[in-house]
Amino acid sequence: MSKNKYLYKRHNTWWVKLSVPKTLRDKLGYDLRQTTGTSNLDEAILKRDHIVQEFRDVINTEKNLLKNSKPSKDISGRSDVPVSEYMPKTDISDPQYFHKVVDCQWACPAHTNVPEYIRLIAQKKYTDAYMLNWKSNVFPGILGRTCDRPCEPACRRTRTHEEPVAICRLKRVAADNKEDFDTLLPEIPTEKNGKNIALIGGGPASLTVARDLLPLGYEVTVFEKDPKPGGLMRTNIPSFRLPEEVLDEEVYRVIKMGAKFVNNTEIKSMKSLVDDEKFDAVFVGTGAPKGKNLNIPGRDEASENIHIGIDWLTSIAFEHISSIGKKVVVIGGGNTAMDCCRTAIRLGAEDVKVTVRSPFEEMKASDWEKEEAIDEGIPILENTSPKEFIVDDNGKLKGVKFEKVAPQYSDDGKRKLVPTGEEIVIECDDVLLAIGQDNAFDWIERDIGMEFGEWDMPIVDKTTMQSTLPKVFFGGDAAWGPENIIWAVAHGHQAAISIDNHCRGVDLLDRPDPLTNLVSQKMGVHEWAYDNDISQEDRNIVPHADHSEALKSLKVEVELGYDEQLALDEAQRCLNCDMQTVFKEDLCIECDACVDICPTDCINFTDNGTEEFVRGSLRIPAVNLDQSLYVSDKLKTGRVMVKDEDVCVHCGLCAERCPTGAWDIQKFSYTEAQTLNSKDKKKYKEVA
Amino acid sequence: MTYIQKPINHHPNLKKNKLGLTRRDYEGAVSSLCAGCGHDSISAAIIDACFELNIEAYKVAKLSGIGCSSKAPAYFLNDSHGFNSVHGRMPSIATGASCANDDLLYIGVSGDGDSASIGMGQFVHAIRRQVDMTYIVENNGTYGLTKGQFSATNDKDSPNKYGEENPFPPVDLAALGIQLGASYVARSFSGDRDQLVPLIMGAFQHKGFALLDIISPCVTFNNHDASTKSYDHIREHNDALGKVDFVPLGREITANYEEGETVEVNLHDGSKMSLEKLDSSYDPTDANLALNTVREKNDEGKVATGLLYIDTKAPDLYETLNAIDKPLNTLNEKELCPGSDKLKTINQGLN
Repeated sequence: MSKNKYLYKRHNTWWVKLSVPKTLRDKLGYDLRQTTGTSNLDEAILKRDHIVQEFRDVINTEKNLLKNSKPSKDISGRSDVPVSEYMPKTDISDPQYFHKVVDCQWACPAHTNVPEYIRLIAQKKYTDAYMLNWKSNVFPGILGRTCDRPCEPACRRTRTHEEPVAICRLKRVAADNKEDFDTLLPEIPTEKNGKNIALIGGGPASLTVARDLLPLGYEVTVFEKDPKPGGLMRTNIPSFRLPEEVLDEEVYRVIKMGAKFVNNTEIKSMKSLVDDEKFDAVFVGTGAPKGKNLNIPGRDEASENIHIGIDWLTSIAFEHISSIGKKVVVIGGGNTAMDCCRTAIRLGAEDVKVTVRSPFEEMKASDWEKEEAIDEGIPILENTSPKEFIVDDNGKLKGVKFEKVAPQYSDDGKRKLVPTGEEIVIECDDVLLAIGQDNAFDWIERDIGMEFGEWDMPIVDKTTMQSTLPKVFFGGDAAWGPENIIWAVAHGHQAAISIDNHCRGVDLLDRPDPLTNLVSQKMGVHEWAYDNDISQEDRNIVPHADHSEALKSLKVEVELGYDEQLALDEAQRCLNCDMQTVFKEDLCIECDACVDICPTDCINFTDNGTEEFVRGSLRIPAVNLDQSLYVSDKLKTGRVMVKDEDVCVHCGLCAERCPTGAWDIQKFSYTEAQTLNSKDKKKYKEVA
Repeated sequence: MTYIQKPINHHPNLKKNKLGLTRRDYEGAVSSLCAGCGHDSISAAIIDACFELNIEAYKVAKLSGIGCSSKAPAYFLNDSHGFNSVHGRMPSIATGASCANDDLLYIGVSGDGDSASIGMGQFVHAIRRQVDMTYIVENNGTYGLTKGQFSATNDKDSPNKYGEENPFPPVDLAALGIQLGASYVARSFSGDRDQLVPLIMGAFQHKGFALLDIISPCVTFNNHDASTKSYDHIREHNDALGKVDFVPLGREITANYEEGETVEVNLHDGSKMSLEKLDSSYDPTDANLALNTVREKNDEGKVATGLLYIDTKAPDLYETLNAIDKPLNTLNEKELCPGSDKLKTINQGLN
């Protein structure tokens, strides 16, 4: 999995402004997928890497030129570059500058303040850690077990050490150890504001919208086609990964806040809801509920023993299915495939194999999901492409014929899977198809004024989540295809802001600002309000239930979670990236103490110039273009301080060794805008 | 003092030298000097120089006396030999050690009090004898460890932190060094790493006594506005005689200079010091010119820095004593004792 994968999914232009160097913005544009002319993320990344490589070459050439040229006597900067092209002083009052330094929070779609909750865990304040999470991502207990963890590949430790902090499993620690917190929940007004919102689908996106709107006095109705709320969290995630109690607790907490829950009701017509004057807005959070089919010879004949993975998992969740054949083949390489094979084993299958067309390394499943499956003794056959379902004379499935393929990469990095000519047949009793999911919008009438775009998907605004029909909003997998729970939550928050604005008659683009705070952590000459010693421990492994227990039942949770000691050890691994190094140039005497003490050579005093020049001229050239440079104003000697944020471990030694307090360590807290913390949330009453 | 150790992890792209070591491998303990002390910059420059020269730490001996400066050897080269001597007696220890084993690189770190006051008697004789060592004076013009009294290098009329003016003229250690025949004399400023590192590298490679008088501001007691040893004052009055570069053996000088703009001096191991002259009349191999220039700049209120004087032909202590190439401490009984036959011959010769 490409570690940068998630970065491209942000639609927020703030991000692009900061992460794409100014000089490259024309080349790369604001939406990588658009400017590189491909909707394929992997291709877009490859193309972008080419551009970045070119950029690095420029840096290297400049460096060589610099080395071989006579050093300039003019220390105020390079004389051949106009001052207008010098790097400007970094604007740290821009809330997104320091936000981006907190890699995990930046990468999290819901922008959960990770370092803060890890510190709360380190202080054993589990309830507070849970509440911080709950406010930001609504389902800490669920996400602490099942999140796709975009934060972890982003974790600074992957650059300074090896393995990221186990952010996700620490979240679970907060959930496992929290105490009663009902009094901390937002108050639900008894006097309603008179606005009614219909939420279609009872999954994470809809529930987030409900959670965000109920405390403002909205009345919401959740329509769910299944008997219980939770959406894919209930139907597609097996209970050995996510126990039902955990799910129920967090899902029903939202319902209990006052949502009207209508179960077993599938909405068949959008028109009826849109026309229903009772509803002031409609939110579509129906997910991507249609599992892809595989139309190869024998599909129809053997249909009795070929199951669509997500439908099959749903039937198991509602206990309609409780057995499967002895030999099972799972086709597909995503997380659903991993859930299918592990579920099959627990239903009594003795021989389960996963087959995937791509090479193992390029499978879509998360690394840890693959590891769990392999750990349970399930082989994953890579480069294996299905050709035909083999049926015996009685019309019963006998096996699947596969063709072996080999990946070939063209010069532009495109992958092609080329058949090697080898064919294999795997005997089996049942096949589970987990080759992807599609959206299903056949229930939305095409004549109600809602525009549809590519792939027959409704056109949805990336900032406001609004469709072209003003009162209809989308979120979660329903918006732009399958993602994961944390994205659904993030969409839900944004949709709730839009719905609130829509109902109050406020422009949808007039969105609340994030709440930020920057507070000095100085407690004494060398004392900080945080633990700045850097743990060199390896990542702690989460204890697992014994296989003899775990593989017998669907209900036995495989991961046991960290115990308290492991959790405290793991929490110490956090590098406290929210503890920002703040520089005040007017106090600096340029004694170099910070340069010398910095363990990772982040700090430089150097001549200013263009960004390429500055990046190339640092003590260690700043080649990680995803990371910003913190540039000061001109100092007394005419130089500038440049800090490469890339591998700063936030140990605070620069500030400890600074004689004048030019460096200070300040805690930056960033709370993503939500209806709950919006400054103008009271306004509604005035309008109403 | 910092409570935590400097984290061991370093930048993934940190350069390695020919020994496969990074600069971090040449570090010492976290400094317990005041934050911002010039001495820490000098330690860092020594680390850089050792890294660049691929020096093996176990072939280095760090020697010092007493004072803030003399604590500094604890903050670089953790894996080297070290000797922290009595106040002002480091030159004698260095002389003795160098006689016993001249295979080590001797780095003496001293201060203005340790060298120009209590240790003056020792200091001058080490120079006179041309002990093969690098003698670094971390010169801040004040007794920082005893709360900021004037030291012997503090300029006349430059007041202390409490406003009192110094009635006595200073000892100019660099001028003294040139006069006494030190074969490598440089002056630099702790805040000018680009100048300092090549000077230290040259000193390490130089055979004979290399004196580095490095002005190193005391942030606590002598960095006030009226001080002539403050960061700001030195930056304003620093008059570099030339841009110094150290050219290790095997590296070509690639920059193109006009004739007469540069001076190149070959060091005994084949490396070179190259000096891009800012003042075309300056010649660092001319001791009289060096002395005059230092004085003239001083009269103008400026501080002459750079490589002031170098003489690569001067014999060092070992050469003068006509000692054998092998370190004396490795000689065993067989080599040292001529045996009874020889004794007999000698005795017979006395008859």
